[in-house]
Amino acid sequence: MTDVSASTLKGPSGPKPKTVFSSTNIMIYGTLLVVCLYYLLPLYVMIVTSLKGMPEIRMGNIFSPPVDVTYEPWVKAWAEACTGINCDGLSRGFWNSVWILVPSVFLSIAIASVNGYALANWKFKGSEVFFTILIFGAFIPYQVMIYPIVILLRESGDGITNIIRLFDSDASKFRLMGSVWGLVIVHTIFGMPILTLLFRNYFTSVPEELFKAARVDGAGFWGIYFQIMLPMSLPIFVVAMILQVTGIWNDFLFGVIYTKPDTYPMTVQLNNIVNSVQGVKEYNVNMAATLLTGLVPLVIYFASGKLFVRGIAAGAVKG
Amino acid sequence: MNMANSVEIKKLDLSFGSIEVLKDLNLDIAEGEFLVLLGSSGCGKSTLLNCIAGLLEVTDGQIFIKGKNVTWAEPSDRGIGMVFQSYALYPQMTVKGNLSFGLKNAKFPKAEIEERVARAAEILQIESLLNRKPSALSGGQRQRVAIGRALVRDVEVFLFDEPLSNLDAKLRVDLRVEIKRLHQQLKNTMIYVTHDQIEAMTLADRIAIMRDGKIMQLGSPAEIYDLPMNKYVADFIGSPSMNFIQGDIKGQYFTIGDHKIPLKNYSAKVDLNDGQKAWIGIRPEHVVVGEAAQKSDYNSTITADIVEPMGADTLVWSKFAGQPFRIRLGGTFPVSSGQKLHIGINASSVSLFDLQSEERL
Repeated sequence: MTDVSASTLKGPSGPKPKTVFSSTNIMIYGTLLVVCLYYLLPLYVMIVTSLKGMPEIRMGNIFSPPVDVTYEPWVKAWAEACTGINCDGLSRGFWNSVWILVPSVFLSIAIASVNGYALANWKFKGSEVFFTILIFGAFIPYQVMIYPIVILLRESGDGITNIIRLFDSDASKFRLMGSVWGLVIVHTIFGMPILTLLFRNYFTSVPEELFKAARVDGAGFWGIYFQIMLPMSLPIFVVAMILQVTGIWNDFLFGVIYTKPDTYPMTVQLNNIVNSVQGVKEYNVNMAATLLTGLVPLVIYFASGKLFVRGIAAGAVKG
Repeated sequence: MNMANSVEIKKLDLSFGSIEVLKDLNLDIAEGEFLVLLGSSGCGKSTLLNCIAGLLEVTDGQIFIKGKNVTWAEPSDRGIGMVFQSYALYPQMTVKGNLSFGLKNAKFPKAEIEERVARAAEILQIESLLNRKPSALSGGQRQRVAIGRALVRDVEVFLFDEPLSNLDAKLRVDLRVEIKRLHQQLKNTMIYVTHDQIEAMTLADRIAIMRDGKIMQLGSPAEIYDLPMNKYVADFIGSPSMNFIQGDIKGQYFTIGDHKIPLKNYSAKVDLNDGQKAWIGIRPEHVVVGEAAQKSDYNSTITADIVEPMGADTLVWSKFAGQPFRIRLGGTFPVSSGQKLHIGINASSVSLFDLQSEERL
């Protein structure tokens, strides 16, 4: 009997052997490697340049690693670089950006998640029309709205001033235009369409029976939101947070228009440092400043990348 | 019959836009009764349950629970508990959190919440699971927690929305028995929605068969099975379903071509008119064979086309008077395809329906 079974095992059997250096593999990994290099090369140049002194840069070998590593450009970019008459580096812009970012992200996500929840679970007459209008907002180019918003911010600032002066006639003028709060409002409004869409679609995928069960259990609008929906939706909140943090941090246009030099966000300040036409171009400082500005979104991506992917995929899989 | 009604539904209408789902529906459910709403999908049975629960706003009519008009009341104020098809357990809360959620919303004191949760857990035998999350429970355990959520709130009426549909066949049978046992123990009013006639027949005190938002027949399982009020109900209940053959009533006979079935043992609901066109309905299991066939009101010979042995019984597909005809025999009856069978039909076990109105005659 053993002879028979041995003879039947001749020829292919078990898993097919895999060759590591097959032509397909070489093609795939070769292409990936080239693409990787292509994308990482500029980053490499930036990092090495930011670690060189100016004399070394003038020698012109931009790909060579620094002979004499110096952190001077980083310190200068952070604390000493001049924009106009201010010479306190990017640090001021960084803190301005933080003061813009935190309330904008918090406000826009808080409002959009409640919007999405209401549109998904508490449908009212005309809720679909309302939703369509909101989504339509995502397709209108920002540039169209820049000047109307300037007027809106200025006028509503004046309006609020008038209300305050009813109670305290000596109160100083309250400004929305040119202040951090004005920019926060603008970011919150512009985040609304895409974030509401994101949250509505997520909450729609939550089984309706869960919502019904909570109503039978006596939970109201806010009870269901805070106790049932919110704990279930961490991934989508992370997605929204990443979208908003990167979007708002990288914003230049709104920052330069709706704030003034004291409150310029980091991106605007970076531009002013890099594009200054006076004096020597300090490439190492510029590189360091750019890397510093890009650091926040980068950290956010690395810290929450996994949750981001899970959140994006969450619509497809039921919990 | 002087029992208090637990749930009363009066002239209930519900429309979604121009689509009428429920039409002028009236239903009284007695205290402690187990009522099953049975129907195919889209018949409005789940909609009716959602109306009773207060999860859908009615277009017209009234709902009373325990004599109180709850038509405008919130779901939580109606004295109902609901068990859903997916169980709808809150995934981020433990079993204990799930059970106490309703009580916390109703602002019960902590000690009483503890006490009620403990009691419900004891009745349902889930004490050891209290600190687990729903994802760590089996299907049967989840269902018990879902029932427990209604139990802790001390509700008047339990509403079940197809609670067994998500389970595999074996577990379904086990849990069916468990629900029945629970009903006998708690003696609450229970309203149970299903499309499964076996569940309906086994669980119900009364079954309401629904179609197009109307109740076609309301009665005990035996009434529904033996005396279906119309052809739809007759067709819906029983598996395999009833055989229907068209024919004429002539005097004391029902004639199908050459076949004349005597009707003197048939207890008619209305007077039978001579020459009336009608359907005769014969349940596959009511066709008799062998010696019993000789003694029956009418007998004939048919040829077995296809034989389906199912262990406990055997299905025979055949033709009678040129029409498809199914017979259900005992599992031990020797029959093979192509074989001639001597069959008998008793008028006392058939149903007659008017050809046009399809109402029972």
